[in-house]
Amino acid sequence: MSESSSEIRDIELTVNVAKRRGKAEPRLLLVDFLRHELGLTGTHVGCEHGVCGACTVMFNGHSARACLLFAAQANGADIVTVEGLANPDGSLNVLQEAFREHHGLQCGFCTPGMLITLTEHLRDNPDTTEEEMRVALSGNLCRCTGYEAIVEAGLDAARQLRDAGKERA
Amino acid sequence: MKPAPFAYHDPTTIAGAAELLGRFDNARPLAGGQSLVPMMNFRLAMPDHIVDLNGVAELAGITVGETVSLGAMTRQRDIEFHQGLAEACPILREALLQVGHRQTRNRGTIGGSLCHLDPAAEMPAVMTLLDATLHAAAWNKLPRQISMRDFAVDFMDSALEPGELLTRVEFAPWAPGHGWAWREFARRHGDFALAAAGVLVALTPRGDIDRLAIVISGLGPRPVRLTSVETAAAGAKANDALVAAAVAAASRVSAQDDIHASAAYRQRIAGVMAERALRAAFERARAGSPAHV
Amino acid sequence: MGMKFFGASVKRKEDPALLLGKGRFVDDLAMPGMLHAAFVRSQHAHAMIKSVDAAEARKLPGVVAVLTQADLPEPMRDRTLPLYVPHPAIKQIHMPAPLAKDEVRFVGEPIAIVVASSRYIAEDAANMVVVDYEPLPASVDARDAILPGAALAHKGAPSNIATQTPIKIGDTDAAFAKAAHVFREQFHLHRGGPFFIECRGLIASWNAATEQLDVIASSQGSHRFKRTFVDLLDLDDNQVRVVTNDVGGGFGPKGSFYVEYAAVAAASMATRLPVKWIEDRAENFVSTQQERDQHWDVEIAVDENAKLLGLRGKLVHDAGAYMTWGLVLPWIAATSVIGPYVLPAFQLELIVAFTNKITCTPVRGAGRPQGCFVMERMMDRVARELRIDRAEVRRRNFIKPEQMPYKVGLIFRDGRPVTYDSGDYPKAQALAIEQSGYEGFSARKAAALARGKYIGVGLSNAVEGTGLGPYEGATVRISTSGKVVVFTGATPQGQGHKTTLAQVAADHLGVDFADVSVVTADTGTIPFGMGTFASRTAVNAGSSVHLAAIEVAEKAKKIASELLEASPDDLEIKDGGVEVRGVPGMRKTFRELAYNAVGLYGFSMKGDRDPGLEATSYFKPEQSTYANSTHVAEVEVDIETGEVKVTSVLVNHDCGRVINPLIVHGQVVGGVAHGVGNAIFERLMFSAEGQPVTTTFADYLLPGATDMPRVTVTHTETPSPLNPIGVKGAGEGGTIAVIAAIASAIEDALSPFGARIAEMPVSPERVLELIAAGKARAPV
Ligand code: FES
Ligand code: FES
Repeated sequence: MSESSSEIRDIELTVNVAKRRGKAEPRLLLVDFLRHELGLTGTHVGCEHGVCGACTVMFNGHSARACLLFAAQANGADIVTVEGLANPDGSLNVLQEAFREHHGLQCGFCTPGMLITLTEHLRDNPDTTEEEMRVALSGNLCRCTGYEAIVEAGLDAARQLRDAGKERA
Repeated sequence: MKPAPFAYHDPTTIAGAAELLGRFDNARPLAGGQSLVPMMNFRLAMPDHIVDLNGVAELAGITVGETVSLGAMTRQRDIEFHQGLAEACPILREALLQVGHRQTRNRGTIGGSLCHLDPAAEMPAVMTLLDATLHAAAWNKLPRQISMRDFAVDFMDSALEPGELLTRVEFAPWAPGHGWAWREFARRHGDFALAAAGVLVALTPRGDIDRLAIVISGLGPRPVRLTSVETAAAGAKANDALVAAAVAAASRVSAQDDIHASAAYRQRIAGVMAERALRAAFERARAGSPAHV
Repeated sequence: MGMKFFGASVKRKEDPALLLGKGRFVDDLAMPGMLHAAFVRSQHAHAMIKSVDAAEARKLPGVVAVLTQADLPEPMRDRTLPLYVPHPAIKQIHMPAPLAKDEVRFVGEPIAIVVASSRYIAEDAANMVVVDYEPLPASVDARDAILPGAALAHKGAPSNIATQTPIKIGDTDAAFAKAAHVFREQFHLHRGGPFFIECRGLIASWNAATEQLDVIASSQGSHRFKRTFVDLLDLDDNQVRVVTNDVGGGFGPKGSFYVEYAAVAAASMATRLPVKWIEDRAENFVSTQQERDQHWDVEIAVDENAKLLGLRGKLVHDAGAYMTWGLVLPWIAATSVIGPYVLPAFQLELIVAFTNKITCTPVRGAGRPQGCFVMERMMDRVARELRIDRAEVRRRNFIKPEQMPYKVGLIFRDGRPVTYDSGDYPKAQALAIEQSGYEGFSARKAAALARGKYIGVGLSNAVEGTGLGPYEGATVRISTSGKVVVFTGATPQGQGHKTTLAQVAADHLGVDFADVSVVTADTGTIPFGMGTFASRTAVNAGSSVHLAAIEVAEKAKKIASELLEASPDDLEIKDGGVEVRGVPGMRKTFRELAYNAVGLYGFSMKGDRDPGLEATSYFKPEQSTYANSTHVAEVEVDIETGEVKVTSVLVNHDCGRVINPLIVHGQVVGGVAHGVGNAIFERLMFSAEGQPVTTTFADYLLPGATDMPRVTVTHTETPSPLNPIGVKGAGEGGTIAVIAAIASAIEDALSPFGARIAEMPVSPERVLELIAAGKARAPV
């Protein structure tokens, strides 16, 4: 139990497979830590009250609102942000490419959150239906696309990932 | 929308957490943070001390047996995907799927939801329906038990004393073959319900009501059981008259206006949800088989 | 020139960076020494400020400065923001000051700015500033505001009326005198907002050594911002540069210059450090401009065959506290009533009222949804009363394609007579009906009813003035790298302008789309620009790129003809160079030509050529182009809860020639979602005292993925004769007509109860009230 609990803490964590460290006062939100302390500005801030989903990251294997976590809580955590989604060679992964193909982004501001949410959804529900996918996306707001192209991109990516899985099998 | 400064504590034991909460003034426990942190970001909540319970391993966990026990820090996600729980108490998952969104259930906890006590939240209503017992711990005090009916005191106000910590919630699952249904009306998927109804029903071999429980939420400050209907139902037929009585009772639950809906509308919707939940629960009870959700 | 890219669904240039998390939104950028700002905002809808005490706040460690109105630099201190669009009918104008001086006129109006080493500390300090208010009565509802003796939105003003003016076509009295039927309706179109997911924001850096102000903003028009800074600070043109990078949605209100921006610049000047301000969502709900708030009271006159004779009435428009865009909104709303129909007589009394609420400025659709709603609801009323199919009533009243160009008889907000340039409205509706389930719907409805389900279909038509002037410009340059760069003042927020403009340029210059870069919204690269509003960029910037690219191609040929000693007529642009037709070896690459065009140090320029392989063009449309659309929406209503589910939407959309079908499709579908929000979800509410009460995303309901139906978009392409590429605007067509179509569909679904809809949005509770009211009128 630390008595000096108001002080700035050292935070060590894994972000996109790399070990990272930074400093945070207790009240620093995880999303601000990622963006401004670690320079990972791909994760966005849209509401800071847990509704819009723009700040969604993978936190220890599950999607979470980074605006509702404190950086202090991320000590030792394993985080994946939009910057960690690309193929190893830096090219767009299947889901990202599907977003491009189907015009699943316009301004692109909601996109990082959409991608993380769908990454988890496709991982856990490879045979997703459209309805399941819409429910999965219901915690992410987009003002530009009307969601249709996002859903199409997600379904297309699911199909491709299934096919790739079959080939490997 | 940045929180005001606070001191952060991350205890690893219940005793340690209770001590911190007991020792410091204006200390708040942090569970999943899905309600508290937005309030802090709006500076509607400005605790001086945050006691983060996420590192207290003994606060989390699910056991299913004669009684079901859920550690206060059990994530909603873990409850949602627990197969044994889904079989023993299927209404829990049906209601949980309406709680926020994937991302919030991944973090949100049963204890956090119960202590926050949003009048339209699902978990307090379901625990009211199940006659759950809550276990609380405090620094320099003996642990105590509080029944869910006594726990919800008023609008977002629980029976926990300052410094007291909810440790787990327990309830006895209904016998296999019972009927259940959770029905709510929310404007969008994952929004708080304008009104909701939960029903558990057990039928006699002849198909009459053996035991019935109905809860209405979203109307007043806390979930309300339709006890008069429940009592009168024992031994009665699971028929339209019973449904009508429940609808009438649901529509009389005292309600409040807010920007989303008037009291009268909420009462009316409570009736609609009660009817839908009852009919669905009857049907499931008649089908008689344990849940496969 | 072959059209290889124009018209193709080219994948967007913008996407890879955005998908990889490498976008450059304003909050992604940091400058050395940068400070962070927060505002002290009015807690009252209307009050006098007796004092502002920032002493404690200034003492907080980390706070660098707190500026109140008195601390602002000259000459900004006593100036107000400029009125963008003056109009002779404006009787009374109020514009906001960079920080409120002694009176605040809406909850959220900035009073002081705090700058600190972090936003966290800036917020701490802002909470410590003590403002002593003397509350005044507030003007909250526009209908009350225009009554004699109403509480005044601006202390000491003669009234709350900004404008009271008639808009008129033909002789309405005569039209109504001979009408077989007259019907009256009152409509209320409620307030909503843009609610882009990225809030507003900017970084202002005043360099005291060079006396230059550099601004990076999330905006819809860098040049407009620059001009406003120049005006407020009496700076020279060379002293201000505004750049807009990635923008997370705009939908209109990011086009306005806000007082916060002036205050942030002032803070940078005071601290001599870069200052960043990122609006948070709590601020967004009380300070970003909003729209739609209108009350209409209208009568329609038709003959016995349902032909329109006239429409007359009154429009009360809530301007909010200030009037940034003058009469633009009510004027567009009024002129949009006519839509695709022949309306011989029209008279509308337009009243614009000040209230103590956030200023209304254009939000996606900009008055058009209201005008469309009014006319389309009236059409439905006529259909119902005369027992004629809704589509048929419209069919009888359409302006026919052979009447094009069609003079409506009004002056549009662009100052020109409303003259529809082109369009085939009967065909648009016919196609929409054919492509949707409209025809067979009554059978489906009856079958659903037999199962206890209430479904309905609605349709609506809209004509939309798009591509407004005065101009947008583009410089097209073949640089010495041999690649093409386009510079334009167009300022995108997700519309894919970098892609569509590159498509236009690539075709003319015979280069690969990948070899064209488009630089948008940097005042350092092109002197004039208007920015994005009124679905104008494809028309204006697209045409400019087209014209400039043609000029550059000619110039390339001219230089090549000198170097190759061939007649320009024998040359063709091909694969990044110019070659003698049919002689592939005889060619000069763009790289060589660009080098030549730059000139050689010390040598005279050949001929009288201007340097550089580049051209600049400002396309100046003579008037707006008029796009049109027909929407067919289907809904299902749960009559026990009142819940409305929009189950399908079909849009037949005509925005002239389509540069990129994928992008236009996305614009239309996204626009429909905004309209679905307006029709059934989005409602900004205020207390009787003018306090905003919907101030979170949990209270203000944006439609989510589970609220949207599949949207089918089909295209009719009627090229506009008004610009060289035949395009019309596409950014708002999805939104405008769908609101009326959904209202029509709900009414249809509830026809067994005789429920009537004269408002948007309609909540579930309201649906039940309307059912009850319908039943009371005609017991069923
Ligand atoms: S910023 Fe976290 S949910 Fe909106
Ligand atoms: S693409 Fe702009 S918010 Fe989704």
